Amino acid sequence: MRQRRILLAAATTLLAALALPATLSMASAADRFITVASTTSTEQSGLFKHLLPIFEKKTGIEVRVVAVGTGQAIKLAEKGDADVLFVHHKPSEEKFVAAGYAAKRLPVMYNDFVVVGPKSDPAKIKDMKDTAAAFKKVAAAKAPFASRGDKSGTHLAEQAFWKAAGVDATAASGQWYRETGSGMGPTLNTAAGMDAYALADRGTWLSFTNRKNLEIVVEGDPKLFNQYGVMAVSKAKHPHVKDKDGQAFVDWLVSPEGQKAIADYKINSQQLFFPNARQAGA
Amino acid sequence: MDEIAAAFSAALAMILGGDPELVQIVLLSLRVSLTAVVLAAILGLPVGAALAVFRFPGRRVLVVLLNALMGLPPVVVGLVVYVTLSRSGPLGALGWLFTPLAMILAQTILITPLIAAVARQSMAELWAEYADELRSLGVGPWRTVATLLWDGRFGLLTSVLAGFGRAAAEVGAVIMVGGNIAHVTRTMTTAIALETAKGELALAMGLGILLMGISLVINAGAYLLGEFARAREAGAP
Repeated sequence: MRQRRILLAAATTLLAALALPATLSMASAADRFITVASTTSTEQSGLFKHLLPIFEKKTGIEVRVVAVGTGQAIKLAEKGDADVLFVHHKPSEEKFVAAGYAAKRLPVMYNDFVVVGPKSDPAKIKDMKDTAAAFKKVAAAKAPFASRGDKSGTHLAEQAFWKAAGVDATAASGQWYRETGSGMGPTLNTAAGMDAYALADRGTWLSFTNRKNLEIVVEGDPKLFNQYGVMAVSKAKHPHVKDKDGQAFVDWLVSPEGQKAIADYKINSQQLFFPNARQAGA
Repeated sequence: MDEIAAAFSAALAMILGGDPELVQIVLLSLRVSLTAVVLAAILGLPVGAALAVFRFPGRRVLVVLLNALMGLPPVVVGLVVYVTLSRSGPLGALGWLFTPLAMILAQTILITPLIAAVARQSMAELWAEYADELRSLGVGPWRTVATLLWDGRFGLLTSVLAGFGRAAAEVGAVIMVGGNIAHVTRTMTTAIALETAKGELALAMGLGILLMGISLVINAGAYLLGEFARAREAGAP
């Protein structure tokens, strides 16, 4: 009986030692940090991994990024679960500001979208310069197209192209039009697996390694321009929001130093994002 | 085939490399899942034993409910915990969202029914054996539950390990309530999801191999501990 007790005590101590202090230390580890709701493209392209250490070293503010689609990121910020919103769909961002969730939206940088597709190019759209016309040909050829289908910024941009092409792609959902309902990377994985076309942001495409037969088929159309905006969530809607530290991050991103850090980020000596905080109307 | 070979070499490189970021991810995974298992066992085991011993109206309904809850989809648990812990939710003021505490809460909710249901099954069998004896000794109900839990502890190990397995393997709940934030809430499973999203399949599979290896070590450890304790007991006067 005594041995049992000793064994039990030992096991309990072991578990308690493992679990409890860890829990406590996790609770207190958070001293000065902000939460940024952002998109999968900024996270998965590696941009944040490059930017955040520079900002954290300068200010001592830890930046915690929750990377989801633009639609979900806006929802998170509206619910007060993020201090800063950093996404890429200007109409939605302006709606966010108009609703009073943020005082001001600032342009930060842009990159561009590219249309990727299989080398065999069944819709014969390679090197076309008009994205909407290319989409029309994809629909006419009933060539497989992998859509994000997740209300992300990229998905919204893609829907605008279908509209411009005069094609109701969702009517073919499940046939040649495949909605993955997931992030950029998983959608590219799906496209690579089924030799489908897809619209991708260039940053994610450049850092994406599982390309299989995929290559860029359409690029350089001015309509493929992809603008990112940033805004600190306002205290007016959510009093707990860390507006000062959030604003510090926003200010840094649009400062000459932050803009230079964005321009410095390269993969295989290719620049991924182009700072344009000072460009009027961006 | 190349990808699978690359996965194994990636796993080996990770184990040998001792990359501090990876160590942090592994430790966080273990802390979250083990803490959730401890909490779920504290809650679930007595519930399971009580359901095996006590007879009361609605007991069968509870048993069926518990069995059904074993199949709780992690993403649903994640959603409910997210809505609850969101700043706009009822427990938003706690500030737990996107912290390991939220992940522990979600996993505890996820695996408590599993631990309780499996425990109830093994306790019911033991109770069938012990019922007459304990009744004739006039042992009170709560003391009976305690006796069953203690005497059936080796059988209960299985329920706890099943709970750990489910917690360590799930991604849907922790990614939603933790946010997969680098250095803060990134666990092995969410890191695998992220690397897969980046198309880094070899690295993702390497992480998967590592996760399975860790799970194997923990299960082997629990098995050996159980055997050791059993042997001690058999040898004791």
